[in-house]
Amino acid sequence: MTAVHTYLDYNATAPVRPPVAEAVARALALTGNPSSIHGPGRTTRRLLEDSRDAIAALTGAASDGVIFTSGATEANALALSGWQRPVILASAVEHASIAEGAVSRFVPVDRHGVIDLAVLGQMLAETEQPVLLALMLANNETGVIQPVAEAAKIAKVHGALVHCDAVQAAGRLPIDIRLLGVDSLALSAHKMGGAPGIGALVLADGQADLQALWKGGGQERKRRSGTENVPGIAGFAAVARLAAAEIARQPKLAVLRDRLESDVKRLMPTAVIFSEGANRLGNTSCIAVPGMTAQTLLMALDLAQVAVSAGSACSSGKLAPSRVVAAMGYPELAAAAIRVSFGWASQDSDVDHFLAAFAAIVVKMRGHAA
Amino acid sequence: MTIAGNAPPRRPVYLDYQATTPADPRVVAAMLPYFFEHFGNAHSTTHPYGWLAEEAVTLAREQVADLIGAETKEIVFTSGATESNNLAIKGVADFYGSRRKHLITVATEHRCVLESCRRLEREGYALTTLPVDRQGRIDLDQLAQAITDDTLLVSVMAVNNEIGVIQPLAAIGAMCRSRGVFFHTDAAQAVGKIPLDVNAMNIDLMSLSAHKLYGPKGIGALYVRRRPRVRLAPLIDGGGQEQGLRSGTLATPLCVAMGEACRLAGHEMADNARHLKTVRDRFLAVLSVQLPDHQVNGDMVERIPGNLNISFPYIEGDRLLPALGLDSEMAHASLRIGFGRSTSVEDAEFAALYIADAVKSLRRESPLWALHQEGIVLSTIGHDI
Repeated sequence: MTAVHTYLDYNATAPVRPPVAEAVARALALTGNPSSIHGPGRTTRRLLEDSRDAIAALTGAASDGVIFTSGATEANALALSGWQRPVILASAVEHASIAEGAVSRFVPVDRHGVIDLAVLGQMLAETEQPVLLALMLANNETGVIQPVAEAAKIAKVHGALVHCDAVQAAGRLPIDIRLLGVDSLALSAHKMGGAPGIGALVLADGQADLQALWKGGGQERKRRSGTENVPGIAGFAAVARLAAAEIARQPKLAVLRDRLESDVKRLMPTAVIFSEGANRLGNTSCIAVPGMTAQTLLMALDLAQVAVSAGSACSSGKLAPSRVVAAMGYPELAAAAIRVSFGWASQDSDVDHFLAAFAAIVVKMRGHAA
Repeated sequence: MTIAGNAPPRRPVYLDYQATTPADPRVVAAMLPYFFEHFGNAHSTTHPYGWLAEEAVTLAREQVADLIGAETKEIVFTSGATESNNLAIKGVADFYGSRRKHLITVATEHRCVLESCRRLEREGYALTTLPVDRQGRIDLDQLAQAITDDTLLVSVMAVNNEIGVIQPLAAIGAMCRSRGVFFHTDAAQAVGKIPLDVNAMNIDLMSLSAHKLYGPKGIGALYVRRRPRVRLAPLIDGGGQEQGLRSGTLATPLCVAMGEACRLAGHEMADNARHLKTVRDRFLAVLSVQLPDHQVNGDMVERIPGNLNISFPYIEGDRLLPALGLDSEMAHASLRIGFGRSTSVEDAEFAALYIADAVKSLRRESPLWALHQEGIVLSTIGHDI
């Protein structure tokens, strides 16, 4: 990889931010286990609890509601099983860590990828057993923002619990667990510029009855056993403390994104921008060029040193068609969709590089067609 | 006794290496680039950021595998040994549990193993919890008798976290293999400290932790045998990473760190063991002169050299830890002392003298010690020591 490489895949992972690196390095230099009672143990315990306060502040929760996990996949798994609800409803565009879990029924979305609240209400009314609704705050592929507060209101009328995967929203939108009205939120540090390997499940009620995914030493108030990843947690807190400034910077990323989209459409008028007319994150663009597979487009972009992705980065192997785009009613474009996502280090030149590469691809494509 | 060495030990002296170890600077140096210039998601297949991260994870996986004689594909990265133990025990039970419903473990296992087994017991499994002898070892005859046609899994830790005693892994493995039972070992305290070979020892599942091995917290691994294959049901669903056994974005820097920690531990195992034995023997020599009537708990031969667990009779147990400046809430009559790579002989001497002084001054105030000095056998007056 060279310095000129353009990274536009922040929704997959973000480079670690410098203050995070400092916090991680400082914590790596500490020795103690936070469960140990001696001085070094107590020092790491204090760092752990200060960090917990920072994650609580990020989400408007109380500190006793913050459960550190190894990442958002674990946090989502903990919520799905921990709430112990026999029926789980989830939107049709959830991340794989929800969608591949024990979901009973999927709630459809409209052409923009927004959950259909009327259908949600019907499904809740039809279900007699206790329900957990899983609804993400912002989609990883399209950036579309779900009406979580409205959905939670409907869910509460029917006595359902609500879990919200806020991985892509954290650091991009203000989050308040009480205003959202949800019972739990999943967060990931590495999507915000923290270190990979750390996330959290945040509970609105720290005393709520949440069953642990696994047993052991009883850390995290018996809800998540295992020695805490203190360096990762310290880095997570560092990036959480930067969130307000990062949220304020989002309109600038939207300017970059909007320029990219308008030039893509100018270069290729048939290009489809998913969720364009919907309320969505300012950093994300999901684009399809009819007649060109994502694979072809990505390979050409990669040759031009531009890194983007198709759908979400998950298990290794081949590119699968986008489940999200298909759920939005565009099955014919599911294998064509690419995702461009901006983040804390993105700048104008990244857009220039992408557009130069895209223009060359278009010229080549026209050449073939002629 | 005179104390060698002029350099004063660093204060405080850290002697809790079984709880956690400091990250080795070489391990930190190996992982740091994967936070910054090589920050890619190892599951991003569409660009070189992802490929580079994936290559690093593959190398790390090889390094972990090499340390225990495994193949690369047999290593599943997890968030730590607690998760590995849970995944091994519940994963096997969930996958095969309809066929066999009996588990065997040992009374001195780590809590996460015992809790996993007990949870399965509540779900209808039969559970045999083997006792240990006074040396902390299991009785192989008892194990042989405990195994039935219904036994699915035997879970015996490699090295105990409190007393450092090594269980007879090869004998257990041979027995399990011949009886057609899966053998899981929690090797968090053993990996990198004693030679382990999953094939020679017939181990089917092995839990590993990085932070007990001079790596960072938040990363561990589970060895899962492929031939003959052991199948598991995952604890966490999602993107299907780690061959579907453990979904979630791999923490590339942590994987790299664990790989490097394993490489270093394998490379330096003999030297480290020699160093730890020197430190431990010096500690015991100083302590024995100062305080002849201490008692080391657990076998001294089948034991990792970095651990001591010592009881001090004739003092009231709940007063020792406060006397050493530690929290009284968890005070206990015995002390676990864990030496590590950076413990010096001077540290050990200082600690032995310090502990001996603390015990002596407690004894001066202890009615039990006074009774002992008067020649009264304490057990005859109903004190439980």
